Amino acid sequence: MGKLLGWVDDRFPLMKMWNEHLAEYYTPKNFNFWYFFGSLALLVLVIQIVSGIFLTMHYKPDAELAFASVEHIMRDVPYGWLIRYIHSTGATAFFIVVYLHMFRGLMYGSYKKPRELIWLFGMFIYLALMAEAFMGYLLPWGQMSYWGAQVIISLFSAIPVIGDDLTLWIRGDFVISDATLNRFFALHVVALPFVIVFLVIAHILALHEVGSNNPDGVEIKKNKDSKGVPLDGIPFHPYYTVKDIAGVAVFLFFFSVVLFYFPDGGGYFLEHANFIASDPLKTPAHIAPVWYFTPFYAILRAVPDKLMGVGAMGAAIVVLFFLPWIDRCKVKSIRYRSVIYKANLTVFAVTFVVLGWLAMQPVTDTITNLSRLFTLLYFAFFVVLFVTSKNEKTKPVPDRVTS
Amino acid sequence: MKKHILILLLAIFPATSFAAGGGVQLDAAPIDINDKDSIKRGAKSFVDNCFSCHSAYFMRFNRIAKDTGMDETELREMLIFTRDKKGEATKSGDLMKAAMTEEYAKSAFGTAVPDLSLTARARGADWLYTYLRTFYVDENRPTGMNNLAFPDVAMPNVLMNLQGVNKAVYADDGHGGNKIEGLEKIQPGSMTTEEFDAFTADLVNFMVYLAEPVQAERRSMGWKVLLFLAIFFVFAYLLKKEYWKDVH
Repeated sequence: MGKLLGWVDDRFPLMKMWNEHLAEYYTPKNFNFWYFFGSLALLVLVIQIVSGIFLTMHYKPDAELAFASVEHIMRDVPYGWLIRYIHSTGATAFFIVVYLHMFRGLMYGSYKKPRELIWLFGMFIYLALMAEAFMGYLLPWGQMSYWGAQVIISLFSAIPVIGDDLTLWIRGDFVISDATLNRFFALHVVALPFVIVFLVIAHILALHEVGSNNPDGVEIKKNKDSKGVPLDGIPFHPYYTVKDIAGVAVFLFFFSVVLFYFPDGGGYFLEHANFIASDPLKTPAHIAPVWYFTPFYAILRAVPDKLMGVGAMGAAIVVLFFLPWIDRCKVKSIRYRSVIYKANLTVFAVTFVVLGWLAMQPVTDTITNLSRLFTLLYFAFFVVLFVTSKNEKTKPVPDRVTS
Repeated sequence: MKKHILILLLAIFPATSFAAGGGVQLDAAPIDINDKDSIKRGAKSFVDNCFSCHSAYFMRFNRIAKDTGMDETELREMLIFTRDKKGEATKSGDLMKAAMTEEYAKSAFGTAVPDLSLTARARGADWLYTYLRTFYVDENRPTGMNNLAFPDVAMPNVLMNLQGVNKAVYADDGHGGNKIEGLEKIQPGSMTTEEFDAFTADLVNFMVYLAEPVQAERRSMGWKVLLFLAIFFVFAYLLKKEYWKDVH
């Protein structure tokens, strides 16, 4: 065994990589609950890729056959139902995990110098993930697949001058059709997974270059022992691998509860109308996107003008990319930041959830007014952050991690 | 344990009502997906009353037999009456295709007859249970019938002989409009109201099964997986504690 390893190591940096990224990657010892979601996101990515491969073996990307092929998977393929529900539950799990992972970054200032690139790679992953989820949702070819795609793609037509040609180019036809289904399939199963995997590798390489942040926002590399090992650091493997395995068990427990007992999540994970085959002649009464897009959909609906609405929705996502520069406070962790920041972040988190809820309600005057109010609150977070963070009243940050 | 998880999750995901049009209050369908006899009775009612016009084209006959514990003879006697294009008796492994053609349906009802494989997932059990029981006399409709859950539906009340005939009772809403307050039986059918409700519940139970035949299997697999994960967690946690002893 040792000989084989030596043979490989002479030709490939196997042990070098193992040590750099696991056995000698020193991680702060004070990670809390919020630090599970990074490795969990990686787990869900693997779950999605593997279950997706098996779905692809039975799914037919053809407007005539797609809907029936999904039911074929659900009924005639041995354990096809299990694979399909793993994939659909995985989509929801992916966004829950990623949202919590991003919120962790906000709480502990993980996007701040020197980790700006980690945040940017992460934001690109999030963007690619949204595209991946959107295109995947067309594939079952139900009513919500069809009309959801119709609504989202038509947003591009709001862009002046090139709008109409652009939507035509995206659809490959004058309406959502077989051509659209085929290209979305290609993008969903080949192109975007490649992009996501590549970005995830970049995200992790950047992280391992500068080292992990922690709930205290203390740079552990500032205090090293004589061998150059951070005093507050422990090797990722075995310490965090065994810890994350316990986290994986808890995560899979909740995942399985949904998978086996609530696979359609009360109509939020698999929408009821999507069990009706797509019909270009019948518009569903109430078109709502799947839950993970709803906060942005609420912002879109809140703005009366279509172009402005699309702009606001885009801005709501784009502004997140600039967080490392909007937040000008030197202190990273929320533990040592001002009451203003704590209040601001709390309001932001509540706003995000409320916006999501608002988008699922049928449009009434009250809902529209509330959507406008919370859209303003969403953007207010960044304005308040930019203004107050420069000379924020912070508490003294300890030299070493606290717990 | 299983029950606690269910209660917890029901609290997190409140059962959302998804009435498809017709703002009628839906009656809760008294169904039990684990009751195989009920599903069998429902399958029989489905084949006798719905299957002439409606397909269940994602379902195979012998899947019902397998899931409810019927043998081939019983399946043939109870559910298979159709013949295929060559005039031979439909095979038990065939998909459940109705006898009526799409063209004929369009000429008879003015619209395509929907496939019922997934109706229970699209509309919900409560909607089906309410829909099947709330036909009432309406002279303005081509079939002479209307429905509370599905206003201006094209389907006639095929269960009329069993249910009898209902008429609408209107309430004065104070604005001169006519709001339907309830239904009243004006002609009895071959069943009492209670018998018909039970009959409909069986039919709806079958349709819920039909929409997702794997339900019983996934629930029974579910608690085994959860039990495994719970035990696995204990070991994973102990392992973590063992490794982390020396971290201070």
